[in-house]
Amino acid sequence: MENKAIQSQGKQGLILEEPFLFEQSLPDSIGVVLPESEVDEIDIESALPSALIRKDIPQFPMLSEQQVVRHFTRLSTWNYSVDGGFYPLGSCTMKYNPKLNEVVANMSGFADIHPYLPDEKVQGILSILWDLEQYLQEISGLDAVSLQPAAGSHGELLGILLMRNYHKQNGDSHRNTILVTASAHGTNPSSAAMGGYKVKSLPILSNGLTNLQALQESMTEEIAGLMITNPSTCGLFEADIVAICKIVHEKGGLVYFDGANMNALLGKARPGDMGADILHFNTHKTFATPHGGGGPGAGPIAVVAKLKPYLPTPHIVKTNESFKLEYNVDQSIGKVRSFYGNIGVLLRAYTYIRTLGASGLEEVAENAVLNARYLAHKLQDTFHMPFTTPCMHEVLLTDEKQTEQGITTMDIAKALLDEGFHPPTVYFPLVVKAAMLIEPTETESKQTIDLFIAALHKIIKQDHNVLASLPTKTKVKRVDEVSASRTPCYTWYC
Amino acid sequence: MRYIPNTPPTRQAMLQDIGLSKLDDLFNIIPQDIRYTSSLQIPEGKSEYRLLQELEAKAAQNYSQNHFLGAGAYKRYIPTAIAPLVSRAEFLTSYTPYQPELCQGSLMAMFEFQSLLSSLTGMDVANASMYEGASAMAEAVLMAKRIYPQGKIVLYSQGLHPEYIQTMETYTLFQDIEFIPISLDKTGKTDLAALKQAVTKETLCSITPMINFNGVIEDYHLHADLLEGTKAVSIAVLTDMSSLGIIEAPGKFGFDIFVGEGQSLGLPLSYGGPYLGIFACKQAYIRRMPGRIVGKAKDVDGNDAFCLILATREQHIRREKATSNICSNQTLCAIWVTVYLSLLGKLGLQKLARLNMANATYLKKQCKTIQGISLRYGDSSFYNEFVIECKNKLAQAILNVMLQDNIIGGVALSRFDSNDTNAILVSVTEVNSKEEMDKFVLSLQKAVA
Repeated sequence: MENKAIQSQGKQGLILEEPFLFEQSLPDSIGVVLPESEVDEIDIESALPSALIRKDIPQFPMLSEQQVVRHFTRLSTWNYSVDGGFYPLGSCTMKYNPKLNEVVANMSGFADIHPYLPDEKVQGILSILWDLEQYLQEISGLDAVSLQPAAGSHGELLGILLMRNYHKQNGDSHRNTILVTASAHGTNPSSAAMGGYKVKSLPILSNGLTNLQALQESMTEEIAGLMITNPSTCGLFEADIVAICKIVHEKGGLVYFDGANMNALLGKARPGDMGADILHFNTHKTFATPHGGGGPGAGPIAVVAKLKPYLPTPHIVKTNESFKLEYNVDQSIGKVRSFYGNIGVLLRAYTYIRTLGASGLEEVAENAVLNARYLAHKLQDTFHMPFTTPCMHEVLLTDEKQTEQGITTMDIAKALLDEGFHPPTVYFPLVVKAAMLIEPTETESKQTIDLFIAALHKIIKQDHNVLASLPTKTKVKRVDEVSASRTPCYTWYC
Repeated sequence: MRYIPNTPPTRQAMLQDIGLSKLDDLFNIIPQDIRYTSSLQIPEGKSEYRLLQELEAKAAQNYSQNHFLGAGAYKRYIPTAIAPLVSRAEFLTSYTPYQPELCQGSLMAMFEFQSLLSSLTGMDVANASMYEGASAMAEAVLMAKRIYPQGKIVLYSQGLHPEYIQTMETYTLFQDIEFIPISLDKTGKTDLAALKQAVTKETLCSITPMINFNGVIEDYHLHADLLEGTKAVSIAVLTDMSSLGIIEAPGKFGFDIFVGEGQSLGLPLSYGGPYLGIFACKQAYIRRMPGRIVGKAKDVDGNDAFCLILATREQHIRREKATSNICSNQTLCAIWVTVYLSLLGKLGLQKLARLNMANATYLKKQCKTIQGISLRYGDSSFYNEFVIECKNKLAQAILNVMLQDNIIGGVALSRFDSNDTNAILVSVTEVNSKEEMDKFVLSLQKAVA
C-alpha cells in the first residue's frame, strides 16, 4: 500500500498577518460583561488615599470579544504543535497529550476549588493526590513523594535543598560541592548553585558513560552528592549505575537522579533499586501533560525514607478512609511555593497513569525505546554516531559526516522545518560537537519515523548554500537572535 | 494501548529490522539485577468511559461553589471565550520556542503578555512568567543579591503572605542572607518609621506588599524613597493584581522589582495551581532577571519576528552561573492571562476593581453591625479583603457553624499563626452576589450568638 503520509511534508498555506492588540484598540470597547452587582457603587475619592488612586492604565487596549477571539486564533496558526506533527526533541519527550486529561483537569469540581477549603470539602482531590503519590513511589522505587514542585527544575532545587539539609542534620555542613555529569541538563548545575553549592563537572568516557575512576577520585569528603541522568542525555543507560551509587554512598554522599528520561524506564527498572536517593519526575515528559509552549509543568520528587521528614509542608496524610493536609511536620524544610503544587497538571498525569495502568506504562517504555532503536538503525550509516552502545529512548547524532559538504547541524534543523517536521534538540548535550538529539517517543508510528528518515536523507543531499537559506515555508525565515539580544525590545512600545 | 499507533505486527517487523526477537530484549542493556521483573502495583488501565465516571464522582466530592476565601488565591469570573482559545492544540501542545520560526504565535502572545503587564504595573520590563507568586518573590531576593552582592539583610513586612515568607526562607536557607521582619503599626500598615530605622548599608532589599495579608492597602508610595541613599533593592508584592484597575501602579513609585500572583487575573483556582508568577523590574536590571524574555527581532529578509532574548542569562547556556535554574515556566497560564486582559481591556479592568471594592465594602459594613464581631484595622483603606474578629469564640468554631449553612466564610488566621485564634480573613470578589453576602451575614450572626 502506498504511504499517503508522504503528502504531509511542508507546503505553504495562507498565513494571515495580525497586528498587536493595542494597535486594534477602539475607544470604549470592552470584551466582557461583568457580573451584575446590587450593592452601592464605590466612592473612590473617600475610599482611597488620593496618592494611590489610579486615573489611567496607559497603553492598555480596549477590544470586543470578537476581535480578541480572532487575534489569538490567528496567532495560534503560527505555531507548530504535537497535535499537528512530529516533534522529536531529544530529552523533551514531546509525546501525544491525550484529550481526556484536558477534560478531567477542566471539570468544575477540580478547576474551581480553592486551596484553603476545609479538608472535608476536598476529599475527592486529596484522595487523587494521595493515590498519585503512591503511584510515583511505586514507579520510582522510592519511599515518599512531594507533589509540590512546579516543574522539573523546581524539583531539582527542592532536592538539592533536602540534600543540604540532610548533611546539615548529620553535622556534615563542610560538604560544599555537588558533582554533575558533563552531559547533564543545564538545570542540574544551576539548581546546585541556587542551593549554595559549588559545582564540579564529572567527565564522561569515550563510550558516553560516566567515568567511574574520575568519580572515585572526585568523591572526597567535600562532596555532598552526585546529580546524574539515567538514561543519560546521550540516550545511554548507565550500566554501572549500581557501582556509581555505591561509590557516592560510601563517601557519605547522596545520589540525585534527574528523571527527565524516565519514559525509557517505566515498569522496566526503578531508580530506587539502582541506589537513587532523590528523583524528580517531569510530568510533561513522562506522563504526557502538555508543554503549553513552555509550561506549566509539574516536577514531583520522590525520596528515600530518611529524607521524608524534610519534605515541604503540608504532607498529605491518610487516616482510615479520609485525607488531610498535615502542616505539623517538625523537621520539614518549609515551603518552596504557595499552596500544594500544580494540581491541574498533576490531575492530567494521574488520569494518564489510570488510563494506561501498570501494563500500559510498560508498553510506553517498550515502544519509546523501540522507535528510537529503529531510528538509530536506519540512520547509522548516514550520520556519525558518537557512541556505539545501543541507545534507549533517544538517538544522538552529529554533523561530522556532513561537514565536508559544508552542512551543519543548524542547516539540517532549519531544513527540517520546510519538510514539515520540528527539528530535534540541537547542540545539546554539550559533550559532543554539534549534537542532534532525536527522541521519537512511543506515540509516533513507523510511517512517520520513516518519513522523517527520508527527509533527513533528502536534506543532506542538497547543496549547503541552498540549505543555508532555509526555511522558506515558515511564517518567518531564519531569525536573527543575536541582534535581538544586543538591542533588546521587550514591549510593543519600545 | 490507544495512544501507541504501531500495531504488534509492526513492532515485530521493527524488532526484526534491528535484529531482536522480542520487546523485552530492548532492555538487555540494563543489568539483570536492577531490571524490574514484577508488575507495578498500579491498577490496570481503565476505559475512558469508566474512568470519566469515576473521576466525575471524585470531582463531585469537592466544593466548587462560591465562597469567601481569598488569601492569595481569588475566585474570578472567567469569560468563556478564554478556554477555547488557550486550549487550541497549537498553544497547548507546542514546546518552548527554541525554534522561533515554528512558534511565532506563542512568542507574539508572550510578547503581548509582557507588554500588558508592563503597562499594568508601570514597570519597564516584565518577563514571560515565573511559577507563582511566592517563589517569584524568593527569586526577587536572589536577584537583589545579584544587583547588590554586599547586601545581607532582607527587611520584609510582616504583612506579606505567610507562605511567601516561608518560601523565601527556604529558597535562601543556605545563602548568606539574614531577615528582619518589620511589624505592622496599629492601623495595620507596615511600620514605615521602624522600616526607616532598620535600613543600613547592609540592607539587601526591602519587601512590601501593596495590599497586605490583612487586606489593608499599604502606603506603598512612600516605600522606595525610604531606601534612598542606599544600594538596597526595593521590592513590591501584590497577590490580587485586579486591584491595579483602581490603585496606582508600583512603577510610579520607584520600585526596582515587582512581583505578583497572576492567578488573580482570571486563572482557575485549581486547588492552588498552576498559577502564574508575575516578575517585572526596571530596565537597568534586565540582564540580572530570572526567566525567559521574548523580544522583537528580524528574520534574514528583514521581516518582523519574535524570539527569546538575553538567553545567556539562562541555565541552558550559562549553567551554574545562570541567573536562575528556571526552565519550564507557566507560558500557557501567561497566554490565558493575556486573553483575559484583552477581553477586559482598560475599561473592564477598572470596572472589575470597583466591583470588587464595592462588594467587599458592602459586606464589611454589614459585618460591623453584628454584635460580637469587630473589624481588625477597620478604618484603614482596603480592597476586597478584611479581617473580622470575635472576642468570645474561636474563629474555627465560627467557620464550622457557618459550614452547616453551606457557607465557606473565610480563612481562619490560626492556620498561619496558632496564637491568632479569633480572626477570620474574609474575601469578596465580583462573583459574590448581594444575596450570598446577606446569607453570610445571617449565618455569621447565628454563629456568633
